[in-house]
Amino acid sequence: MPLTEKEHVELRKMARKIRKDIVDVTHWCGGSHIGGSLSMVEILVILYWKYLRIDPKNPQWEDRDRLVLSKGHGGVGHAVVLANRGYFDFELLKEFNQFGSPFGMHLDSTKAPGVDASTGSMGHGLPQAVGMALGSRVLKKDWRVYAVVGDGECNEGSIWEAAMAANHYKVGNLIAFLDRNHLMIDGPTESVMSLEPLDKKWEAFGWYTQVIDGHDFIALADAIDKALENKNGPSMIICKTIKGKGVSFM
Amino acid sequence: MSAKTGLTWTVYDADKMTQAETYGLVLSYLGEINPKIVGLSADLAKSTKIGKFGEKFPDRFFNLGIAEQNMFGVAAGLAKAGLLPFVSTFSVFASMRAVEFLRDDICYQNLNVKVIATHGGTSFGSAGTTHHSIEDLSIIRAIPNIKLIVPADSVETAMAVQACVEVEGPVYIRIGRSFEPRVYETDDYGFTIGKAVEMRPGTDVTVIACGAVVYHAVEASKILEREDGISVRVLNMHTIKPIDKEAIEKAVVETRRIITFEDHNIYGGLGSAVGEVVAELGRACAFTRVGIPDKFSPHGYPEDLMHYHKIDTDGIIEKVRELLGKEFEKEEDWEDEY
Repeated sequence: MPLTEKEHVELRKMARKIRKDIVDVTHWCGGSHIGGSLSMVEILVILYWKYLRIDPKNPQWEDRDRLVLSKGHGGVGHAVVLANRGYFDFELLKEFNQFGSPFGMHLDSTKAPGVDASTGSMGHGLPQAVGMALGSRVLKKDWRVYAVVGDGECNEGSIWEAAMAANHYKVGNLIAFLDRNHLMIDGPTESVMSLEPLDKKWEAFGWYTQVIDGHDFIALADAIDKALENKNGPSMIICKTIKGKGVSFM
Repeated sequence: MSAKTGLTWTVYDADKMTQAETYGLVLSYLGEINPKIVGLSADLAKSTKIGKFGEKFPDRFFNLGIAEQNMFGVAAGLAKAGLLPFVSTFSVFASMRAVEFLRDDICYQNLNVKVIATHGGTSFGSAGTTHHSIEDLSIIRAIPNIKLIVPADSVETAMAVQACVEVEGPVYIRIGRSFEPRVYETDDYGFTIGKAVEMRPGTDVTVIACGAVVYHAVEASKILEREDGISVRVLNMHTIKPIDKEAIEKAVVETRRIITFEDHNIYGGLGSAVGEVVAELGRACAFTRVGIPDKFSPHGYPEDLMHYHKIDTDGIIEKVRELLGKEFEKEEDWEDEY
């Protein structure tokens, strides 16, 4: 469904709050992958506040939609979103990264409520998302699986192994977002390891691929709606984003 | 087989089936009674025999192509969805090519995934080093949460595959490729994960083995008893993790000599696991490990390689005699300088 004006205003308001909270938690914990967390804020906000079929009071609800943060280093962003969505008390994030805290740089699904898969090492989330999507088929369930993949992460062979498998098994209940922020640890993606033409690659792997502005809620809603209509195979939404979005000096 | 499982074959079928064939048969049966079981392979459905399950349950079987990393990730996702995945590929790929996916996705999240890894050790001898799995026990043993089982023959493979369904969490079962000789006359010997099986009683020395080597340990012990008058206790340590500490400690105290045999590098596998228990017990014990001596194995048929590595009947006899001839320090000599 296209966004109403009211929804649009509220999502933008929430995105601003999430960004502020990410900066706060980063300050409290003394450092995090803040840039890659800020670039995916709109993706997570529109999923958690508009599209995901979830019950934050019952994080293990069997029929829920799943979200796998394949770019697991965005854990601080994901944790802030989950807290704001009501999975746990935001105050718990004051202990982020500290000894004994359920929350750390890469979130642990066995400790952090609402986290559907432990990730961190690159290229592990998308394969798990494919498995969850296939699982709904075996169990005759109708949940959907959403995955957020990093652009640098697309250097990993396992991403393309998973891409092949999702197409081969025509996993129509899987929608992935690629946080195309163009930066990885050692520099711009195209100087470290060329990725382009990224859209052509995903298309060639059989994915219904769209390229949009990943900070534009209207474009996101439109792309997700189209992806939801595409039930014959996996969908990829390449989101052009800015690493550190919202902080003027980043 | 056992009445409780309802399997319709006998232990004598084990003479005609490899461990993998037995696994395929048992899994197909388990698939009937447990609709949550799903199967995965990476273009080795035929070789690992999980394909038997796939033929019977095509909607519950996923061939992921030659992409082992993704296969373990997909298995984790299926387990997260509430299913019970069995994953099969060669042990060399499960324990090395895809091990970080096994570790992060399955063991770290403590998921209910069963890995049945075939072609363990040098059982695919002629394929050469790329297909020899001589590090798998060491690698898997070092990962938290997972249990590690090396069945001795087809009968025990059936027992282990059934038993692994009964325990929650990841299990890795390492089996061979070829026709491992049958060790058991019956399945009624009380297979329990984590409990060694005493194949033969003995008081002079304890031989501890796992996998296909167990057959040779039993044969060697008979010959040693007959020809040398040596009383050899044989333990089938089918579970490498959790290791049966009690059986090892008992062997230290009652026989004072322990020798391990395995189709694996002497570093990190059965011998190391037993040696850790022996050392921590702090009681006098002459101890030797026999296996692949930290080298890549030559090509060859498995029986020739087992002979070469002294883990067949002849080799075990030779090594046990060596151990019994070894000078064994008495307690009153403990003040000796090195």
